[in-house]
This record gives sequence, structure tokens and C-alpha cells, in this order.
Amino acid sequence: MMHKNWWKILGSILILYTVIGGLLIPVPKLPILHESIRNLYFHVPMWFSMIVIYTVSVVYSIKYLNSNNENHDLIAVECVNTGIVFSFVGLATGMIWANFTWGDFWPNDPKLNSAAIATLMYLAYIVLRGSIDEEQKRAKISAIYNIFAYPVMVVLIFVLPRLTDSLHPGNGGNPGFGSYDLDSNMRLVFYPAVIGWILISVWIMTIRYRIRLIENKQNQII
Amino acid sequence: MKKVVSLFSLLILSISVFAQGNVEMADELRSSGKIYVVVAVMLVLFFAFIVYLFTIDKRLKKFEKGK
Repeated sequence: MMHKNWWKILGSILILYTVIGGLLIPVPKLPILHESIRNLYFHVPMWFSMIVIYTVSVVYSIKYLNSNNENHDLIAVECVNTGIVFSFVGLATGMIWANFTWGDFWPNDPKLNSAAIATLMYLAYIVLRGSIDEEQKRAKISAIYNIFAYPVMVVLIFVLPRLTDSLHPGNGGNPGFGSYDLDSNMRLVFYPAVIGWILISVWIMTIRYRIRLIENKQNQII
Repeated sequence: MKKVVSLFSLLILSISVFAQGNVEMADELRSSGKIYVVVAVMLVLFFAFIVYLFTIDKRLKKFEKGK
């Protein structure tokens, strides 16, 4: 059992480490941000996890179209369910951070608006699934929708904000955290945080998927 | 599973021992910015979250095997 669960333990240890390291390891002293720069360790990994889990989702949607295996469709939908949770947590933490550094819970920033639209797009995926009763049709249509939604999400979050002015680092001529804000001390915490949260998000997704499998089996018996 | 729990409890224990050791000396948990209090609270929180995930996983595994 231990050898199969190593990645869950790794994720847990990484996250506990980032709690200690993220609060205690010195950070660069920057105006406006002050200590709130530490939010980087907790806010940004939410979005990384969301992206990874949506990527897994789209992979399984493509797999479903190739194989017609119902389980692939179930993985795709549980990925989206988990990803939406992470995007809401990402939005909420970002709003708190924005209020104290940019002066408003929702400054008119292209990255925020794009992220909100992307989240709505994935909520639409759930609504779409709910509106189709016939299982194979539901799986097929939602898989195709998912394949179209994914590149739009990537463009919304990563491409469009970079073309205009944005408060977020790395957008609209703002240098990214990578260039000078993220010093070597911060990398020491930031990368483990990203990996840890990705592992945890995949874990939550597999739990949801396994519950869904049991539910599915029971529904078929009835 | 038991190994994991004992590992984490050891981890937490070692932190509290570390903190207690400093109560008489520098009183770190009460020092200047009291950031260590936040660290302790967040550790408890995240630890609970992870243990909770592990127990859900374990119960689910039992259920899967029962089927």
C-alpha cells in the first residue's frame, strides 16, 4: 500500500513544508507587497493545480472520443469538478490579496476578468452535462465541449492578459516573478508548493472519481 | 497508513517539543511578530486537512474492496 501512495505522502510533506518555509524563510522587501508577497506560495499554486487538472480532463475527453470507455468520461468530469473548486479558491485568495495591495477586491484587471470567464466556461460544462439525459450522448457532447473550452481557457488566462496592461506580474510589460522578484529563497518554497498542490489536487480528483465509479455501478444495478 | 500517521505525529511532536524548549529560553512563540503562532495554527490546519484526506481515502478503499 505504501509504495502506491508515495505521491500522496510526498504532496502532504511538501505542503506542510511550505507552511513552515513559506512563513519563516526571508522574502525580498518590496514596497506595497511587504509580507503579503508570501501569498505567492498559496495563491498561485491554486491556479497551477487548476491548469494541470483541466489538462488531465481534456486528455481524458480525447481518450473518451477514441475509446468510448465510460470511465474516461467520468475522469474528465471529476477533473472539471475539482478544477472548479481550485479556481474558486484561487479567485477568493486573489481577491483578498488584491484588496490589500491593489486597493480593491476586484480591480479592473484583464487577468481577473479572464479567470472569471474561464471559470464560468467550466461551470457551463457542468450545466451542459446536467441538461442531457442520454449517457453516451452526454459523454460525447461534453467531451467535445471540453476540448474546445480548454484552449480558450489557456488563451484567456495566459495570452490575452499578456497583450494588455495588467496588474499581475508577467503581463503587459510587467516583468514576471521569475525575472527578479522571485529570488532563490522564494524558489525554494514556491516550486515545492506548486508540486505539492498539484499532487493534492490530483489526489482529490481520484477520490471523487472512485466515489463516482461506485455510484455509477450502483445506478446500473438499479 | 499507520506508518504515515506516526510519521506526521512525530513531525508535529518534534515541532511542539522544539517550541517548548524555547519557552524558558527565548520564548519564540511570543517573540516580536508572533509569526510562530501563525505557523503553528496553519500547521494544525493543514495537518488536519491532510489526515482527513487520508481517512477518506482509507474508508473508500475499504468500500471498494467490499464490493
